[in-house]
Amino acid sequence: MLQRRNPQLNRHGELIHLLSIEGLPRDVLAHILDTAGTFLSVNDRDVKKVPLLRGKSVFNLFFENSTRTRTTFEIAAKRLSADVLNLDIARSSTAKGESLLDTIANLSAMHADMFVVRHAESGAPYLIAQHVAPHVHVVNAGDGRHAHPTQGLLDMYTIRHYKRDFTQLSVAIVGDIVHSRVARSDIHALTTLGVPDIRAVGPKTLVPGDLRQMGVRVCHDLDEGIRDADVIIMLRLQNERMSGAMLPSAGEFSMKYGLRPEKLGLAKPDAIVMHPGPINRGVEIDSSVADGAHSVILPQVTFGIAVRMAVMSIIAGNEA
Amino acid sequence: MKILIKNGRVIDPASGRDEAADVSIAGGRILAIGRVGPEFTPERTVDASGCIVAPGLVDLAARLREPGHEHEGMLESELNAAAAGGVTSLVCPPDTDPTLDEPGLVEMLKFRARKLSLCRLFPLGALTRGLAGEVLTEMAELTDAGCVGFSQAEVAVKDTQVLMRALQYASTFGYAVWLRPQDGWLGKGVAASGAVATRMGLSGVPVAAETIALLTIIELVRATGARVHLCRLSSAAGVALVRQAKAQGLPITADVSINSLHLTDVDIGFFNPAMRLTPPLRQGADREALRQALADGTLDALVSDHTPVAADAKTLPFGEAEPGGTGLELLLSLALKWGADSGLALGPTLAKVTSEPVRVLGDALGSLASSAGRLVEGGVADVCVFDPAQTWAVAPEALRSQGRHTPFDFESTGMALPGRVRATLVAGLPAFEAR
Repeated sequence: MLQRRNPQLNRHGELIHLLSIEGLPRDVLAHILDTAGTFLSVNDRDVKKVPLLRGKSVFNLFFENSTRTRTTFEIAAKRLSADVLNLDIARSSTAKGESLLDTIANLSAMHADMFVVRHAESGAPYLIAQHVAPHVHVVNAGDGRHAHPTQGLLDMYTIRHYKRDFTQLSVAIVGDIVHSRVARSDIHALTTLGVPDIRAVGPKTLVPGDLRQMGVRVCHDLDEGIRDADVIIMLRLQNERMSGAMLPSAGEFSMKYGLRPEKLGLAKPDAIVMHPGPINRGVEIDSSVADGAHSVILPQVTFGIAVRMAVMSIIAGNEA
Repeated sequence: MKILIKNGRVIDPASGRDEAADVSIAGGRILAIGRVGPEFTPERTVDASGCIVAPGLVDLAARLREPGHEHEGMLESELNAAAAGGVTSLVCPPDTDPTLDEPGLVEMLKFRARKLSLCRLFPLGALTRGLAGEVLTEMAELTDAGCVGFSQAEVAVKDTQVLMRALQYASTFGYAVWLRPQDGWLGKGVAASGAVATRMGLSGVPVAAETIALLTIIELVRATGARVHLCRLSSAAGVALVRQAKAQGLPITADVSINSLHLTDVDIGFFNPAMRLTPPLRQGADREALRQALADGTLDALVSDHTPVAADAKTLPFGEAEPGGTGLELLLSLALKWGADSGLALGPTLAKVTSEPVRVLGDALGSLASSAGRLVEGGVADVCVFDPAQTWAVAPEALRSQGRHTPFDFESTGMALPGRVRATLVAGLPAFEAR
């Protein structure tokens, strides 16, 4: 069987779209993280702009609601001097029955240079990337349960910032992993960057055994999962999980898997606590932990802008 | 019309005949095989040099999309596809719109297919009205109208009481019931449960969706004595249950689709919507078990599971894409590929798409039962002439079916297929001839 070329890389192995972290070589990830480092200082300047995307149009195409991710992409694009258009598709053309590819074709006719796409279906950005003109770039801002690569990259940036060396780390990802695009992107990034011990922690309804084939250790017990961990990534528990017989209640989930101060004591003394946000205080994470000394949740957001600037500037500079 | 097929190698899987012979045809029937006298004066001659002369293929699962889904397939386009694929008889499931639960609909479909004279059409009637799983259809009237069995197509009967009574009622009159074993609750995902679906973030259909349904059906067959045909097995565990039930002498037969026989979930690649199929593609071990089971007879027949899907319904994200692919024109080649991969001779290979599916249909075929899917003197002249040496790359735009999406598109699999149909005869008349 022919294995078709990874659609996010060109013939020279350069990044032209960012659809998933899976399959990206370590040096591509390192290059994005290094580039993000150079952009971090831009955020501290009086004039927070560089001209790398001047004259380019970035369309934020959100088929699923999001405020935080869309805002950080918007800020990142504007700091690169791009023109940014936010399209809240969930409430416009598709509601009138327009197909995904028709929407893309129409927006392409408006001379978009880059689409930042969020969609409820896993794989939707692949379909878009396969149907855009060669000069148009696609960034996946979250597709179904599949991938949220910029979140994965900003998580890696955060870990590298605080821990330096990936090859000695134990990382625990706790919560609703089966439905989490963030968890999948984190796992691919962590394995690519050489993290030797990745644990996926949660009940069997949310942490399926098949995850082992992604290179993680599956733990159904929180204590075992976070013991001696250097990094703890807590995931948001979506309310709809209670209706699909995945969990009895948020309260019971919190009792079994919520990160409380006494649990945090099981991890390494210098462990960092991360969360992609928005957090459910008192459900997956206790307020005292979220706001405590180990928490790096707010720095994650800051790094997120630099990482998204890095991704957009890198792919815009590569040709299909 | 008098037709002579000369210089071919005649293979009749049912009798084991495999010899160089001419075949004379007249009045819709095979006059003679190998003993064509000089007094036979054909109006047409088919030169089958280098070709196999085989019985026309019998496909137990092909959707024609009429009535109700004409934007996806028309009787004429799909029966032309059948003829081009060497398929001379096909069974269509009742999931049309409206569903085939009224004798009038079945009669109309049969009448129109007969007028086209491209392929024999054997509809399955709906087992329950509107496939809703609540009220039984008028099976006797539907049988009189031409139904060869009763099916729920892709819709599981969730109420086991209804399923049991349907089997009891059907078995009263000896009607066969065709069921695809899939639990209605567990079968809601878009890909097979496993490492690939988990990695890609696609909702899964566990193997238990198939095995639970199989266990239920098998126990109900045991209780009712109903004759059941199991459609499109997908898993190794499912195959094991069928093998066990057959060993116990239960009146069960089963088939597998060309998709599950050749592909696995890994072929989904980068969310290729052409790989969105029901049943979903499973893992390598499942595919191996299905291939072995087809060879050892646990699975009786190979089917195309032909499902033309409109382009708009396939150019969608994987999970939203409509399941199915076009298959009638690929059935022969994919049977040959499986046979070659499995080290089987042509006769036993072709049996899975000719004589064996006819055996599955049994008495429901009426007078055709004795000669369809076979090449016998005095029998119906449904014939497929094909060149086994010719390979081809599937290009969707060259297909005759209105449905252009197939998982075997050369672009996505890189798989070249063996065997090309040269001519197809249905009831002694040419239905297809390659240019």
